[in-house]
Amino acid sequence: MNKTTVTVGLGSCGIAAGAGKTYEKIRVLKESDKLDFELKKTSCVGMCYREPLVEIVDETGTYLYGDVNEDRAMEIIEKHIHQQDPIRDYIVQTDLFDAPENDFNEAQVKIVLRNCGYMDPESIEEYEERGGYKAIIKIRDEKISRMDVIQTILDSGLRGRGGGGFSTGMKWKLANGNKSKEKYVICNADEGDPGAFMDRSVLEGDPHSILEGMIIAAFAIEATEGVIYCRAEYPLAIKRLNIALQQGRGKGYLGKNIFGIEGFDFDIRIKEGAGAFVCGEETALIASVEGLRGMPRKRPPFPAQSGLWRQPTNINNVETFANIPWILINGAGAFASYGTEKSKGTKVFALAGKIRRSGLVEVPMGITIKEIIYKLGGGIKNDKKFKAVQLGGPSGGCIPEYLSDTIVDYDSVTATGAIMGSGGMVVMDETTCMVDVAKFFLDFTRKESCGKCTFCRVGTKRMLEILDRITNSEGQQGDIEKLEDLAYQIKDNSLCGLGQTAPNPVLTTIKYFRDEYEAHIFHKKCPAKVCRPLLTYVVDPEKCTGCLVCLKNCPSNAITGERKKVHFIHQEKCTKCGVCYSKCKFESILLS
Amino acid sequence: MRIARKNTKTSSWLKNDVNLSLLDPLIHKYNGKKGNLIPLLQGTQELYGYLPRGAFEKISNETGLELSEMFGVATFYAQFRLKPVGKHIIKVCHGTACHVQNAKEISESLEEALKIKDGETTDDRIFTLESVACLGCCSLAPVMMIGEQAYGKLTGNESVKIVKNIRLADNN
Ligand SMILES: Cc1cc2nc3c(=O)[nH]c(=O)nc-3n(C[C@H](O)[C@H](O)[C@H](O)COP(=O)(O)O)c2cc1C
Ligand code: FES
Repeated sequence: MNKTTVTVGLGSCGIAAGAGKTYEKIRVLKESDKLDFELKKTSCVGMCYREPLVEIVDETGTYLYGDVNEDRAMEIIEKHIHQQDPIRDYIVQTDLFDAPENDFNEAQVKIVLRNCGYMDPESIEEYEERGGYKAIIKIRDEKISRMDVIQTILDSGLRGRGGGGFSTGMKWKLANGNKSKEKYVICNADEGDPGAFMDRSVLEGDPHSILEGMIIAAFAIEATEGVIYCRAEYPLAIKRLNIALQQGRGKGYLGKNIFGIEGFDFDIRIKEGAGAFVCGEETALIASVEGLRGMPRKRPPFPAQSGLWRQPTNINNVETFANIPWILINGAGAFASYGTEKSKGTKVFALAGKIRRSGLVEVPMGITIKEIIYKLGGGIKNDKKFKAVQLGGPSGGCIPEYLSDTIVDYDSVTATGAIMGSGGMVVMDETTCMVDVAKFFLDFTRKESCGKCTFCRVGTKRMLEILDRITNSEGQQGDIEKLEDLAYQIKDNSLCGLGQTAPNPVLTTIKYFRDEYEAHIFHKKCPAKVCRPLLTYVVDPEKCTGCLVCLKNCPSNAITGERKKVHFIHQEKCTKCGVCYSKCKFESILLS
Repeated sequence: MRIARKNTKTSSWLKNDVNLSLLDPLIHKYNGKKGNLIPLLQGTQELYGYLPRGAFEKISNETGLELSEMFGVATFYAQFRLKPVGKHIIKVCHGTACHVQNAKEISESLEEALKIKDGETTDDRIFTLESVACLGCCSLAPVMMIGEQAYGKLTGNESVKIVKNIRLADNN
């Protein structure tokens, strides 16, 4: 009989939801009751919306429990472990009967996320048990040449997952062609798109797969040193990478003559980012690793020719690297069997925003946005109306509901004006104001512009001023045209991807939601009821209980009334700060 | 443009009331290494919680790094601070997912409760309030992080409660 295992998901998202406490509770119960099961840790399986997750595997089957707080953990241990009576109500996924999330994995194909949530990320043994480091061992044992490795990656059709979508095999080939005694492999783990978290999840959940991907790249291009450039906001990822690196060194997988391959010397170090979005851009990243201000420079020369310390350098994204070992084990054909003509394999999307199941999904390229949102994502939260989805972060755009039959591949998404980007998918409903969203992104890129190019530095600021005006009830005739004009100027006259794409969120929202801009400018209305200066706050006499809370909190004394009598907001005094709206417990402040 | 925390009050920054000898092992470790500037600043900030002016001068004198270059890097990256911070740093996420789920309310509630603005520190040096872009827990939006603990699915009132509890726990 196999021993029962209880596994707690301890990714950042799980921990934020309280999984640390859940784990402690179970550990204490196991000790005090002398229970006979194995308690294990894993990372995020992508079902972030049900965290904390606890999986129990016993002789009868596999049960995944969701929303397991400390109390539920106690109940589950009592019922499931002591009395062998699984609690159906708390089970979200199982192969034994109908459970609410059983269909979550159905349309998914897990290549990048193959190990995330299925093993202990702090154990190199578990990674190896699941086929880890077999790809590099295969290269060694079958004496596969560097060129053949590169050819396999070329044949697979893998394109960079960091946003650019450049052929990975091609990059490797270029880096291989530039000879030098020192060469570098860099893993871009800066994940700057605010709203994307797939890289974090892979780093936390399967750090060894990144190391293996980098080792294979190093083999292919004859690199001597590796660098993982990781955001400082991801402390857990950095911790687990460090553990993985130590384990790798201990086993001779990093260091000198690694894997017993004569002359193959390669080690990896972690470089913590210092908080600058532009450092995700490869030339800025290199400057940052060199200890300088992270300012992009002109290309060519490309990093493959002259990168870190002027040496040939290959930079790939986390997700790109995670694909590599799988491709070498399963073959280029297996990988290319997924996807569309020009976009092969799978893509991980981070679903967030107004979506019911927010989390991570990995789907074959070519499925539609609608399928992702409705089939996997379970549709829109609180039965609101789906309005748009933002893809590609600050460089991307908003795809409206009526284009949700667009398939996800690099070219189809680009055709809408958005970009695939890193795969952050922020879903918006009728309560999201598109002008406000455009303003949000522009504010972000304006702050993050390194300041080198005038158009990016000043142009984004001017655009933001116009958007500020529009959302502040001061929009003017001609503002939309001015925005467009500035947008094209910025796109044409910026050196790096940040400036070249910064206007995209504005351009796509103007393209698809021009009426919303016009409502703000000409009718001084915000249809989504987000932009406060365009709203009027009034008391709903039906709902107001006369509790005096809004009245006491109003900073401009614009509300009058008595206890137990309907209050009144004096419009001439109201500064539209929204305090009454957020303080009222009875939803009796209406926006119009 | 990237000029981090430029509202630094220079007066407090000029005072050299920190023990600079703490820097010695750090300087020893990185002196002469290529690409050492950022790690030196990160190490300094780890020691003092911010980058004291005296530290710039000492590092520059002993390693030959240019003051201007150091200051350029320090103001470029959001991570570096030029003034002392509170014991707890509250990072309120204003990434996309949090933004569309009303992160503004969290910041406003905390600003009101702590009587400070974004980027400022309370007079008793207990809390510093900052807004950041994406903590990677977007599925739990809106999110804030205090120390290494992230808190998700917040409302304004809840965030204030969490902060009050931390203050209570500190006082005991
Ligand atoms: C402003 C800007 C930000 C970027 N941020 C990231 C990032 O956070 N992560 C990433 O992997 N690539 C990012 N990139 C893309 C990188 O420049 C580069 O193309 C990528 O790391 C290459 O890896 P890949 O070929 O595997 O995609 C960014 C590009 C630009 C212009
Ligand atoms: S947007 Fe707030 S955690 Fe990602």
